[in-house]
Amino acid sequence: MKIEFLYWEECPSHTETLARLREVLKESELDPPVERIHVETDDQAVSLKFPGSPTIRIDGADLFPVPDEMVGLTCRVYYTPEGGVTPLPTKDMIRSALTAHRIKITKGG
Amino acid sequence: MVLALESKLLAFSLPGTDGNTYSPDQYRQARALGVVFTCNHCPYAKAWEDRLIQLQRDFAKSGVQLLLISSNDPAKIPDDSFENMKRRSKEKAYPFPYLFDESQEVARAYGATRTPEIFLFDADHVLRYHGAPDDNFEDPAAVTQHYARDAIEALIAGRRPEPTDIKPVGCTIKWK
Repeated sequence: MKIEFLYWEECPSHTETLARLREVLKESELDPPVERIHVETDDQAVSLKFPGSPTIRIDGADLFPVPDEMVGLTCRVYYTPEGGVTPLPTKDMIRSALTAHRIKITKGG
Repeated sequence: MVLALESKLLAFSLPGTDGNTYSPDQYRQARALGVVFTCNHCPYAKAWEDRLIQLQRDFAKSGVQLLLISSNDPAKIPDDSFENMKRRSKEKAYPFPYLFDESQEVARAYGATRTPEIFLFDADHVLRYHGAPDDNFEDPAAVTQHYARDAIEALIAGRRPEPTDIKPVGCTIKWK
């Protein structure tokens, strides 16, 4: 399993998102390595089809796929199950998305 | 460089999404005047949007006025075009003017860098608070420090806000 964490330094939510991702992965007892990819330029954002920071990809697939998402150096919008808007996914959102990607996640306390 | 605390308000005249042109001079009677740099697309701006609306509603009768400004380059972020600003302000029934700083001169003059970023002036148009709306963009129920609300209440009561400067958290302004 290949996990990529794409981020843009200017968007402040990436540190906390990476910590949440690592916590959820650790709960799964898989704890695979996470490759951090720092997106720094518009050209890089286009070539990576980077829809905003932070973005998590599992084996190349976006963990939170959104059709027709624009690409560029910006902060990414996430929608909570309750309908709220947030700059970063909650741990529950990450767990659910990973489960949807057929990865067995053991829900932690 | 960001506008220093205790500076006088910097004048501007910008078009609003309602078709009118707005200037801070129209609010000489305000007991507190907030110039808030924000935008449509940014998740931080979206997350705080309802709280800014509530602030305006809660304090409108106390003579408090917020002026929201988007300075982002729509060529980079189409969601921040003037047309989309008009759509957003209608959808959310903004209780404050939503102004388009197309030249970005206002944002540069204020030294704004983030969305949202608040510059709160007192009745004499002296800057008394600068920074974030509160301490939790993710969860309104988990806020422990209501910086903007507390600062407004202090100004209405004739006191100096404390704290006066909290680092704004949000998206960067998208410059041309």
